[in-house]
Amino acid sequence: MKITLNGDPLELPGPVTVSALLVQLELDSRRVAVEHNLTVLKRATYDTVEIRDGDQVEIVNFVGGGSA
Amino acid sequence: MDHLNIAGKTFSSRLIVGTGKYSSPAVMARAHEASGAEMVTVAVRRVKLPRPGEPRGEREESLLDYIDPARYFLLPNTAGCYTADEAVRTARLGREAGLSNWVKLEVIGDERTLFPDNEALLDATRTLVKEGFVVLPYTNDDPVVCRKLEDAGAAAVMPLGAPIGSGLGIQNVNNIRIIREFTKVPLIVDAGVGTASDAALAMELGADGVLMNTAIAGAQDPVAMAEAMKLAVRAGRLAHLAGRIPRRLYATTSSPLEGLVGR
Repeated sequence: MKITLNGDPLELPGPVTVSALLVQLELDSRRVAVEHNLTVLKRATYDTVEIRDGDQVEIVNFVGGGSA
Repeated sequence: MDHLNIAGKTFSSRLIVGTGKYSSPAVMARAHEASGAEMVTVAVRRVKLPRPGEPRGEREESLLDYIDPARYFLLPNTAGCYTADEAVRTARLGREAGLSNWVKLEVIGDERTLFPDNEALLDATRTLVKEGFVVLPYTNDDPVVCRKLEDAGAAAVMPLGAPIGSGLGIQNVNNIRIIREFTKVPLIVDAGVGTASDAALAMELGADGVLMNTAIAGAQDPVAMAEAMKLAVRAGRLAHLAGRIPRRLYATTSSPLEGLVGR
């Protein structure tokens, strides 16, 4: 299946939970936030929300910045 | 003690600093320390992902390796957003990443000046206040807009002193003064500070705090400038509280006129 992750296409073998995707990407779930089809997910739901074919996922973290 | 109080949270420092543009994260950490700031702004951006087939090297350093969240209050910003929708989405993501409902709200309206889009800023403020956010909007130095933001539920107003990163200092002193009169929520001068005297002036005008990034990060010695800013904010605040003398056109003596030798 194919999803869009941070604007780029990503091929995955099949549906995955958000937690599993973060593990696969080697990302620390405590330091990121995830938007799934335009809805920001609560961390408590990472184990249950499943990402399916065609979904849009954004994963963000904090970076240095002051303004603009 | 003279604390800064925003939305029921108190800070002993009235200086808020950014986390961008430093030559290295270690310099940033030392500058933060020297600034005495307790609140730091951070930007929300897509994580860097390894390209397909590219070997994953050492874990990339995270900004949070250099900012202790137990010591610094993280203020996520919506820097780089050009629409109310983008800013609202970014604020929601920032809340989830940082687990606090505070946001420095920016909706930029023009690329060259980075001036805010007032209309979109007000829209986004209303939406986020409804969702329970503590909204600190970066705004023009326009008293009417600041009053509207306060009416919309903003927890503070953060007018610019000059364009972001310009280092020009406070360009419209009288507007900042009028904003002080127009609003009851904390007034934070955000952007435009170039050197310590600019920060002191903001505080002398009655600002409750100053937010800056480039003035410290871009200085030749960011750690020394951070300390200068700490002292300037403190000095300006004390001068404001002390109440300055009125300006006069002519001199007034400060020594007694009686008892002069030879008269």
